[in-house]
Amino acid sequence: MSAAEITAAPTGRGGRMARAQIVNAALALGLIGFGLGAWATGETFLVTLATKVAILAIAGAGLNLVLGFGGLVSFGHAAYFGLGGYTAGILAHHALNYTPMFEWPVLFEGTTSMPVIWLVAMAVGALAAAVIGALSLRTTGVYFIMITLAFGQMIFYFAISWPAYGGEDGLPIYVRNGFPGLNTLDPIQFFVLVVALLLAVLGLIAMLARSRFGLALQAARQNRQRLMAVGIRPGGVLLVAFVISGAITALAGALYADLNRFVSPSMLSWHLSGELLVFLILGGTGRLFAPLAGAGLYIALEHLLGGVSDHWQFFFGLLLLGVVLFARGGVIGFLAGGRKHG
Amino acid sequence: MLLLIEQLLNGLQSGLMLFLMAAGLTLVFGVMGLINLAHGSLYMIGAFACAGVAAATGSFWLGLAASIAAAAAAGAIVEVAVIRRLYRRDHLDQVLATFALILIFSEGTRWLYGSFPLYLNVPPSLSGSVTLPGGIQYSLFRLAIIGAGLLVAVGLFLLIGKTRIGVQVRAGEADREMIAALGVDIGRLYTLVFALGAALAGMAGALVGTIQSVQVGMGEPVLILAFVVIVIGGIGSIKGALVGALLVGLTDTMGRVLLPSIFDLFMETSAATSVGAALASMAIYILMALVLIVKPGGLFGARA
Amino acid sequence: MTGPKTGIHRETRMTRYLTTTALALSMIGGTAMAEPVKVGMITTLSGGGASLGIDTRDGFMLAVEEAGNSELEVVIEDDQRKPEVAVQLSDEMIQSEDVDVLTGIVWSNLAMAVVPGATRQGKFYLSTNAAPSQLAGKGCHENYFSVSYQNDNLHEAAGQYATDEGFGSMFIMAPNYPAGQDSLSGFKRFYDGEVASEVYTQLGQTDYAAEIAQIRDSGADALFFFLPGGMGISFMKQWAEAGIDMPVVGPAFSFSQDILPAIGEAAVGVKNTAQWSPDLDNEANKAFVAGFEEKYDRLPSLYAAQGYDTARLLLSAMEKADIADAEAFREALRAAEFDSVRGDFAFGPNQHPVQDIYVREVISEDGTLTNKIVATAMEDRGDAYAEECSM
Repeated sequence: MSAAEITAAPTGRGGRMARAQIVNAALALGLIGFGLGAWATGETFLVTLATKVAILAIAGAGLNLVLGFGGLVSFGHAAYFGLGGYTAGILAHHALNYTPMFEWPVLFEGTTSMPVIWLVAMAVGALAAAVIGALSLRTTGVYFIMITLAFGQMIFYFAISWPAYGGEDGLPIYVRNGFPGLNTLDPIQFFVLVVALLLAVLGLIAMLARSRFGLALQAARQNRQRLMAVGIRPGGVLLVAFVISGAITALAGALYADLNRFVSPSMLSWHLSGELLVFLILGGTGRLFAPLAGAGLYIALEHLLGGVSDHWQFFFGLLLLGVVLFARGGVIGFLAGGRKHG
Repeated sequence: MLLLIEQLLNGLQSGLMLFLMAAGLTLVFGVMGLINLAHGSLYMIGAFACAGVAAATGSFWLGLAASIAAAAAAGAIVEVAVIRRLYRRDHLDQVLATFALILIFSEGTRWLYGSFPLYLNVPPSLSGSVTLPGGIQYSLFRLAIIGAGLLVAVGLFLLIGKTRIGVQVRAGEADREMIAALGVDIGRLYTLVFALGAALAGMAGALVGTIQSVQVGMGEPVLILAFVVIVIGGIGSIKGALVGALLVGLTDTMGRVLLPSIFDLFMETSAATSVGAALASMAIYILMALVLIVKPGGLFGARA
Repeated sequence: MTGPKTGIHRETRMTRYLTTTALALSMIGGTAMAEPVKVGMITTLSGGGASLGIDTRDGFMLAVEEAGNSELEVVIEDDQRKPEVAVQLSDEMIQSEDVDVLTGIVWSNLAMAVVPGATRQGKFYLSTNAAPSQLAGKGCHENYFSVSYQNDNLHEAAGQYATDEGFGSMFIMAPNYPAGQDSLSGFKRFYDGEVASEVYTQLGQTDYAAEIAQIRDSGADALFFFLPGGMGISFMKQWAEAGIDMPVVGPAFSFSQDILPAIGEAAVGVKNTAQWSPDLDNEANKAFVAGFEEKYDRLPSLYAAQGYDTARLLLSAMEKADIADAEAFREALRAAEFDSVRGDFAFGPNQHPVQDIYVREVISEDGTLTNKIVATAMEDRGDAYAEECSM
């Protein structure tokens, strides 16, 4: 009764499925079209905005895996986002200053190569998610929400007060990290790279959702007892999902750091955790493309409402309240239809 | 030694203010099963009401009364207009709807009052400091806050333990259907409990706002601390909230004071103070993690 | 400008107003330089710390309007004190608006997010306030000028003052973040006495009971603290409640004109260090203080003075060189041939100021709190990082 249905499963309710797939395709093409169109007309800044949407959508996709499919309300996903960002920032910092990160037990140097940074960021995110998940998953429901929130704050305060990497000031990356064969400083090339990653991540999640693991994850959301009856420990399934989710969100964080060429503790703040949840509810929880729809809508609203009033968050709050109370399927639910839940 | 006692008093004072916040949160969760992020906004409303009325009338005491009344009224209105629709929803909807309320309250207050912090003055009768037995100089207002916090704690325990409303509240925590069957007007009870929690938050906001400052967003750090408190104490337990709040208040204060001097024993002073301060900012979260490892349901929690 | 119809450009009322002012002024006529100069000002106009950005903007715009130079166009945007917003605005200004010069950032962390990228894209950056050590030393850049100071300067002057006053032991305190650590090391660089205790508070902390107890217990001769913004106000009010009789020294940030009313009488008598003061006796300053009071109906703060000087520096360079010739324009900026409200003003080798730093005392004048110069702490002070800069 909690979260929504998964549109990735290709069985049953044919007409609706087709419609949902059309909406998904339209969203993906819309983002790509927007980015390319802005580039063609010389609106470089709009390309940057579209890149931001894609990156936030990757972060939301990571959260969607545990929230939409696993039913875990993590209120601390900014932690992985920020850790990913700091991984990118710290690796680039050492590479640009020609100082090794540490020399013992093995020499570990910084790097400005995006693929390496992504892998390290995902490993860091996965590790943090494993530790936090192992502790948090001992609890459920409202405890889980508060504990993930509190762990997120712990990392936030640590980042603020640990002076080595800029503390509250954050850490600038003077030159955007590189990807073999691309000029990442060119906004459109970076945009294409990010969109390709977004599609890869969404593809991976669609695949996971259909796999045995995905079914077990949904079962864990709906009925833990039944899962145990068939010999699967729900805790283990949820923890694995949590770790994958942390890795994906960290990847988004690394990209976000490169987009801004800067990382600061604000990437770790609980407001960001809340905003990631908001993307999903705006988009329609549990649907594959919800993060993209939600992130796009959020960024568009920020700029449209922001153009009208400096107090746009007030109106945004009203809108969000309305969606939660009265339109629970989110944007995709509205466009694609689908089973009413709740 | 005197310094240590003074710091213990400071920890006690911040712990009791946290208790006022956490008590409302934990009651609302225990009775209605609702997680309310907007509790920090009620704290902020209390502080702004106090600042506004105190500035207009010149009386801190009228301001304090206004803070309690305004927060309780805001709580009751929010409960009837929004929160009531959320009791049967899942926690995700509750989180998002109350997150939306934070945006509305924060931005609305910014709209009305602007972003610059307001500053309240301690009432003349409580300003300055007193010398306690043993020769400790301590701020009279902080001492009064400790007294007020203790009084409220006692009052709350009496209310829950000895009155008819308390019986209903406890019955509601145990079994929601049952109290409906007993003919209690649940809607009214819920509004009442919510308003009570709001009033306590508003009072804490006014008292803390007087020492520190009154500004938009002041409720959010306190809200998260209050979450830590009730996770440690066990959700739904007033006793847990009190113990958790005092633990968090003392850990935070003593960590800030003691950790840098501990590191100073084996590190260079500048590095020690900065590392100590960094760890002190994490101390309460480490405390929370430790409690969770030993007792996942919190110290006094009934369920995990 | 992308214009409101795309809904992307967040045009504030202020921007629109300024554009029209620039147009109106252009009809009155100005000097005949070749290329117009477009300035992007990113500063904090909302949220905590908005008063600093507002004063920066008002000081800057006062000089712009006084000059009436039609070749100068200013776009102003609010960074909300958020680094990621500042980065986004600078991208927008560089990529869409094609500005030549960026300025206005109040906070060091925002400056660190924006300045390296902007200068590497060939834009000039003139700092109206933030001047972190990284940008003064190894990270210095030929397109980056600090018109205000180097971040450590006011703390160094406070250390020098404490030495001059003969305070034998000092309790020193700052928030635990890079500017706070720079502050205490800057203080110690010029303080000869003994540091009784060194305390780092949490950034954004509002309750200082624990620290005040430690100060009371320390038996130090005097207190030095650096707590910018709301932190300083909260601390001073609690300090007054505690009733400790100990001299207080600090950098000007906590006793600037925009903050004094909030602290109230508790601030009277505090010594603070600054490179400018409203009572500084020179023609440019008298005209500035009078002009500012007339236009905005309040006393100018340090930030307003810095904004004013920055605009005057830019205008002086525009008189001498064409922005299209970056090399010549840079030389014109380096020459700094303008009448600073601080009196003598010159740039050091790392394009940070070489200037006098004063000790001011907070006084109550006809019920208004303000600052008055009581001593000169340092003369022709450059900064500690210039040697590391290879330009």
